[in-house]
Amino acid sequence: MAKLADSVQVNAIPSARKRALRRTNVIGWLFASPWAIGLLCFYAIPMLMSIYFSFTTYSILQPGEFVGMNNYRDLFHDPLFWKSIYNTIYFTVFFVPLSIFFGVALAMMLNMKVKGMAVFRTIFFLPTLVPQVALAVLWMWLLHPNFGLVNGMLANIGIDGPSWLGGESWSKPSLILMSLWGIGQAVVIYLAGLGDIPDEYYEAAQIDGANWFQKTRKVTLPLLTPVIFYNLVMGMIGAFQQFTLPYTLTKGQGTPANSMTFYVMYLYENGFRYFKMGYASAMAWILFIIVMALTGIIFITSKRWVHYQGK
Amino acid sequence: MNPIAIKRINRALAYLCLIVASAFFMIPFIWLVSTSLKPLTQIFTFPPEWIPHPIMWSNYSRAVEYIPFWTYLKNTAIITIVSTLGVIISCPLVAYSFAKLEYRGRGILFFVTLAVMMIPGQVTMIPLFLLFTKLGWVGTPLPLIVPQFFGVPIYIFLLRQFFMGLPDALREAARLDGASEFRIYLQIMFPLAKSAVLAVALFQFMGSWTDFMGPLLYLTNEPSYTVSLGLQQFQSQKGSEWGLLMAVSTLMTLPIIVLFFFLQKTFISGITFSGIKG
Repeated sequence: MAKLADSVQVNAIPSARKRALRRTNVIGWLFASPWAIGLLCFYAIPMLMSIYFSFTTYSILQPGEFVGMNNYRDLFHDPLFWKSIYNTIYFTVFFVPLSIFFGVALAMMLNMKVKGMAVFRTIFFLPTLVPQVALAVLWMWLLHPNFGLVNGMLANIGIDGPSWLGGESWSKPSLILMSLWGIGQAVVIYLAGLGDIPDEYYEAAQIDGANWFQKTRKVTLPLLTPVIFYNLVMGMIGAFQQFTLPYTLTKGQGTPANSMTFYVMYLYENGFRYFKMGYASAMAWILFIIVMALTGIIFITSKRWVHYQGK
Repeated sequence: MNPIAIKRINRALAYLCLIVASAFFMIPFIWLVSTSLKPLTQIFTFPPEWIPHPIMWSNYSRAVEYIPFWTYLKNTAIITIVSTLGVIISCPLVAYSFAKLEYRGRGILFFVTLAVMMIPGQVTMIPLFLLFTKLGWVGTPLPLIVPQFFGVPIYIFLLRQFFMGLPDALREAARLDGASEFRIYLQIMFPLAKSAVLAVALFQFMGSWTDFMGPLLYLTNEPSYTVSLGLQQFQSQKGSEWGLLMAVSTLMTLPIIVLFFFLQKTFISGITFSGIKG
């Protein structure tokens, strides 16, 4: 019955309009077709395969067999798995808030209208242009306990510098320091956000007699919250996927005392060094669940602090 | 105090802040260049010295001979340029369809695109590796190039935001003149989105140029290495060739610094965020 009614309705549409409608559908999908194929081949199918692998003992060398939840159960008894989670969360908890604070401050500085800004902006972006592998090696050298520039400078003012990357207690703070040096990418995004704030708001605040501090608190920061939100989510996802810096610094060993074994590094080691592809797949899905949960929490709380223009 | 004096003081303060902060960001980079010009003996002096003496220009020539630098550079350039081209061809096309075209299934496709943005690359890493192994692509640059021709979710999202900001009236007018949808896109919309496309292109360029994990996975035979991978060879069993390593790092960084310096204004204006909703 319902079917009949539908077809009657469809027939009611003049055939010229129907053809036009079909045409727009075809054109739309033609435009979207590269991504529709890409989504299927490089995301959807690999994801399904990855779920399946996570329940098997798959390795490149052998097809592996179905073992149910075994990989997941083994992970929960793997001390290095927990250590890598601890290291990754430690890094994220300190790095992400610090990067937001310094990122916003720098962007506000680079948004001032003074001559020669192109040069300053390039300087702040410089570290993100240096390949991470080179960056890692460079910092290894700067932080060298005996010959490094940092301890050399500290010695000048009478401070006996720590062994930085050589010791367990300073290795992660060192990595946070290095990573902060590379916040240029986020700063560029904050700069774009600052550019979106209409000048009228500042003019109105000016007329009301607001000083710089009040303008920052009442105009700039609230209107920047959507961008801060974006960088918070992206920064967190990025922090959880930390790989190249610790991998190069420790040649994949996570030394000293596994204090630099980060989640994705351990995943990579399992998959591509020990060929435990099933185990590594399970790790990838646990990472996905953690990141999804945290993103969800940020999304829920964002309703309280993210302000959109025109609301 | 008169207003002009206050303005002067403010400006002086602004420059002071900028210079102090710049120094922090510059120090490691200057150190990189300085070390690249030092003789090995001076690298190990304490306290460290800034000015190399004698200045070892030969570090550079020795560095490019120590590894097959030109081969690696050629590989890096090919991967970077072709994958950037792929992004420029595919992403604006799809983004435009999300922003301006109406078709059945668009909503779902866009929702899935956003969801995919959240998925860590590690989830698909292993199956993709197997797929590319089956195709016989491992050891070639293809795994690092081909996917870009099929769209990258984050760039599609960024470009969609930009296209959303362009007025529909332009399309209507062109359509009345009888232009096809593809012509409207190619001759009107795409040129208008130039700065956003440039921003995306630069992101991809830098990402590809400095990528480490991708080449580490897929470029398994030495002649196909990129410079990023090649850098590792300076840390050999015989001990690290610090000066040479720094020289190659400097060489690798310079082209993108120049690129960014000239493009930074268009680059920043191309990123738009009006319309991100939680």
